[in-house]
Amino acid sequence: MKKQSRKTPELVCPAGTPSALRVAVDAGADVVYCGFRDETNARNFPGLNFSRAEMSEGTEYAHKHKARVYAAINTFPQAGNTALWHKAIDDAVGCGADALIVADMGLAAYAARMHPETRLHLSVQASASNPDAIRYYCETFNVKRVVLPRVLSIPEITALNGNIPCETEAFVFGGLCVMAEGRCLLSSYATGKSPNMNGVCSPAGDVRYAQGKDGSMASKLGAFTINRFAEGEPAGYPTICKGRFKCGGETGYIFEEPASLDALSMMPELLQSGVAALKIEGRQRGKAYTEAVVKAFRKALSDYARGWPLEIGALIALAEGGQSTAGAYDKTWR
Amino acid sequence: MAVKGKKAAKLTLGPVLFNWAPEKWRDFHFRMADEAPVDIVYIGEVVCSKRQPFFAGVLPDVVERLKKAGKSVVLSSLAMVMNGREAKSVRELAANEDLPVEVNDVSALAALDGRGHVIGPYINVYNEDTLAHLAAGGARRLCLAPEIPFAAAKILAAAGKKCKMDIEIQVFGRMPLALSARCYHARLHKLSKDSCQFVCANDPDGLSLKTLDDLGFLAVNGIMTMSDTYLDLSEKMPEMETAGIRHFRLSPQDCDMVKVAGLYRRAANGDSVAGELKELLPAVRFSDGYYAGAAGYKRLPA
Repeated sequence: MKKQSRKTPELVCPAGTPSALRVAVDAGADVVYCGFRDETNARNFPGLNFSRAEMSEGTEYAHKHKARVYAAINTFPQAGNTALWHKAIDDAVGCGADALIVADMGLAAYAARMHPETRLHLSVQASASNPDAIRYYCETFNVKRVVLPRVLSIPEITALNGNIPCETEAFVFGGLCVMAEGRCLLSSYATGKSPNMNGVCSPAGDVRYAQGKDGSMASKLGAFTINRFAEGEPAGYPTICKGRFKCGGETGYIFEEPASLDALSMMPELLQSGVAALKIEGRQRGKAYTEAVVKAFRKALSDYARGWPLEIGALIALAEGGQSTAGAYDKTWR
Repeated sequence: MAVKGKKAAKLTLGPVLFNWAPEKWRDFHFRMADEAPVDIVYIGEVVCSKRQPFFAGVLPDVVERLKKAGKSVVLSSLAMVMNGREAKSVRELAANEDLPVEVNDVSALAALDGRGHVIGPYINVYNEDTLAHLAAGGARRLCLAPEIPFAAAKILAAAGKKCKMDIEIQVFGRMPLALSARCYHARLHKLSKDSCQFVCANDPDGLSLKTLDDLGFLAVNGIMTMSDTYLDLSEKMPEMETAGIRHFRLSPQDCDMVKVAGLYRRAANGDSVAGELKELLPAVRFSDGYYAGAAGYKRLPA
């Protein structure tokens, strides 16, 4: 199985729970990324994430099956409470994590100082989208890999890879931030809680659905209506950047249609761009999602390695809202 | 006016974030230089590199006029650096040795190479570790992102004191909330970003975005999304000063900013000016929710 004619990037897969970790490893993940059960990671949702013991067991399971574990400690530590984030770094290393994914400069400095032997990766939440910024992180904190913001096209990624002293990791499937990651306060403007400070975007506790007299369904975040759906139309989650609004005489999706990323169709180009790793989003999704997506991308990588044609469109059913896009990889709006 | 032994509050004028015609941009700064009680003025294009060439021609005159009026001038750098041309413009800005630079993207840090500078609100600084790291790299002042509550700002101000880093906080104007690679003004007009026809120039205060039930929510400004409400922390300035925060930023809107600056100058001395602000800008909704760690759009009871 492992004998491959073409070099393929590693497949980095999400795990919101220990059982999702095992499913991902069994389905062919090279790497699983996960976080602790608190605000130190950017998927701080109820019922999700790992205790210290679970992280240790998960790492052991992964290593036994020749896979690796990356610990996401990728929110911005709160002033006066940085010890919680420092402990997460120390514990992740203690649990045997193969790399630390961080976004905050102070935390990167801490990890580089205290654990110079552990690989440091720059989270997409750091929004490093150009060679000068990436070089700064590499030279200052010895960052070995940067997770690329979902705003770059494939030619831009190719150019970037020739211009920086570290590896890159690119998202290929799952939820898609419309705004620059780590530089978006829309959620806290409406709710007081943000991805940067609390590891949540559009927190579930602030979400309401209200039925109108005409049978329509409004999805609300705090005081604001984010979308309204006709009777029978599936009601999406009220993420602000994917909502319907009125602006400049237009009514509709002012920022972006609510589609999720599926770069399966762009795989050949993406693989030639020189990225070291392909990343699947979705630590908040269930085991069935993890298994299906990981298997599909593992098969695509194997087919590519053998020089076979790729099967496209197999994953549409798993996309959020049933719509998918190749995102910025295939920029048509530039 | 200042109490003995206490350093006076400094009012700063943030960079103009909207696409104003070069003459309007120049005359606005001339008037601020001559009449407004502000101490520090930030100039330069933060939002869109395509706007830069328009006012490049009048920029030297503006710098000279501001300096003659005794204002300190800071050059603000671009917040989203997406291509080689933009990276080059940031490097050139950082190479300038006459004026300090406000860093709004990490790319400018590398180019500054330790020279004294200001960290702008588009760099994520949420804690004392990051503050200390940036201070060691030459940062002398830090303008906080609007979502940072006073409780955290206080801790940052105390940490800043130890490493000679001043804290600056926006107290007036629409808040910058998000940046995107995509231009929403262009998208709205069904234009591509590269041939946008500069449609953002039609909205000198940003383009209002409402919910489907007509509640004002956000404002579109090119690749930037801003708050519909204007931030007003005038009543909080004395409390912030007590915590050692002495730099207060007015973010320019298309209104009488000389009057606005006058009101905030009085607010720094303890006057209550919220009523006069409301009179000056009757159509504007003001907010201060972030200050208390609440939703940013809220106006909390005094």
